[in-house]
Amino acid sequence: MPCPKCKATLYRKDVQAKFNVCPECGHHMPLSARERVRQLLDEDSFEEWFTDIKPCDPLGFVDRIPYSKRLVDEQRKTGMNDAATVGKGFIRGRSVVLCITDFQFMAGSMGSVVGEKLTRAIEEATRLQLPLIIVSGSGGGARMQEGILSLMQMAKVSGAISRHDAAGCLYIAVLTHPTMGGVAASWALQGDITLAEPAAMIGFAGARTIWNTVRIELPEGFQTSEFLLEHGFVDRIVHRHDLRTELASLVDYCEKSQS
Amino acid sequence: MKTPQPLAFETEIHEMETIVSKLEQVPAIGGNSEEIKRLRRELTGLIRKKYANLTPWETILVSRHPARPQMMDYVESIFDEFVELHGDRAFGDDQAIRCGFARFGSNKVLVVGHQKGHTLKERQACYYGCAHPEGYRKALGKMKLAAKFRVPIICLIDTPGAFPGIGAEERGQAQLIATSILEMFRLATPVICIVIGEGGSGGALGIGVGDKVSMLEHAYYSVISPEGCAGILWKTANEETKPKAAEALKLTSKYLRDFGVIDDVISEPLGGAHRDPREMANTLKNYLQRSLRELAVHSKEALLESRYQKFRRMGFTLEASTGMTSPAM
Repeated sequence: MPCPKCKATLYRKDVQAKFNVCPECGHHMPLSARERVRQLLDEDSFEEWFTDIKPCDPLGFVDRIPYSKRLVDEQRKTGMNDAATVGKGFIRGRSVVLCITDFQFMAGSMGSVVGEKLTRAIEEATRLQLPLIIVSGSGGGARMQEGILSLMQMAKVSGAISRHDAAGCLYIAVLTHPTMGGVAASWALQGDITLAEPAAMIGFAGARTIWNTVRIELPEGFQTSEFLLEHGFVDRIVHRHDLRTELASLVDYCEKSQS
Repeated sequence: MKTPQPLAFETEIHEMETIVSKLEQVPAIGGNSEEIKRLRRELTGLIRKKYANLTPWETILVSRHPARPQMMDYVESIFDEFVELHGDRAFGDDQAIRCGFARFGSNKVLVVGHQKGHTLKERQACYYGCAHPEGYRKALGKMKLAAKFRVPIICLIDTPGAFPGIGAEERGQAQLIATSILEMFRLATPVICIVIGEGGSGGALGIGVGDKVSMLEHAYYSVISPEGCAGILWKTANEETKPKAAEALKLTSKYLRDFGVIDDVISEPLGGAHRDPREMANTLKNYLQRSLRELAVHSKEALLESRYQKFRRMGFTLEASTGMTSPAM
């Protein structure tokens, strides 16, 4: 397979062994939720939650194909019910609640299922007084096919995060390529600490929308992790290989004091 | 009464209005002849029929009508006083979101809202109601001030969306909206949000978390504009795809009430708010007074808990264990 960035010819196995990072140029390719769990958590420590929540089609949304059909296709393609995977596990022995949005399933967009699973997981994290880590990868943000209900998931998850925060718990947001729109404008940027993988696209409005509005050339590296770091919206850019170690270290720094 | 700037679908109404107003000016006929009275009744019937069955796209056109009352018009007509508070303490004073203390009757409130502007100059100054990050920072700052003294907050939502531009991204559009949404769950004072015109996505939700969220009858509230949606789904936004997208998104007040996203639909005067801004203001004023009275009895804790639960219930999922399609929870 060729690297989408440097075009070098790579062995799939080598790429997989490096969690989809190009061994030649270090380009970070999308990583499935299952692989993300394997990358971040101690072996076999993941206890997946709320696996039986499935999407439905409350709007009866039809574009080129009906949303209900699109869902079945996506489920068949990915083997997932919807874009979110949530649960509890250990990072080098530290207990955490981990949520992941998987770009493979409808570009990681947020509908009712993503909102509901995240909210329940965050509520559990609050109840168990555990650190929360959300790894976001979402191209479009809110899922258009669920209309206003997907917009409301932004509020719903934000409410749960505000309570997790009020309970004195740590939330580390990990932004991966791409984190845009309603996902960026809600939980992805509500962390106590915000980390980003290198060269991820992160922002509110899509480049095309901006171009259509302002009609001026967008600056080089616009809406990348590095751009956000430079403008003060990201704490650290972390290479995928170092993410697990960094997360463990940050969890230690922000451990609740016993006194 | 003459319609200000008729919309495309109002041709028939407009033609009849023109005839009636011309006849009224003919001294020989006079304003009160039987014929004129009959025509007026017919005209009213025509407007009523049309407006009872607006398509979603027609609703969008009404919500964007240039003469539709805006936030500052309501400030003028509903409140006895408005003490505007400016600036976000970090960057500037976004004109797309205006904030200030206001009084009406025995109530004191903080009013926050999007302002789109009526004149070209005003519209340019406030980017047609599209706020920048500093607008959300300003709004949140003033809302926290209000909460500190338990002054109720009224948010009047009317925006096509948050501004999509280079400066907006550089200054953290997503960050400020995210922060505002989260912090609104903590405002320990009653918060009433009303979509008065356009409820454009994250830009609307940025000041849209409240104890009561309601809409004027012909307002819309959507995750994406019909233009944006059409562009993505059918590759182009034209006169054929925009109405299709508006239809598919189910973005009108009736749908939103059925989905449990809004509490109430506030009815508009016959033919839309722009036909009778004074009546609209009166209806809205009564609604706000009633809502403030309702919310005033709750303790701070009860208020925040029910605000959380309100949004907690939103969404529809299928649970394999129960086999039921139900609002989430």
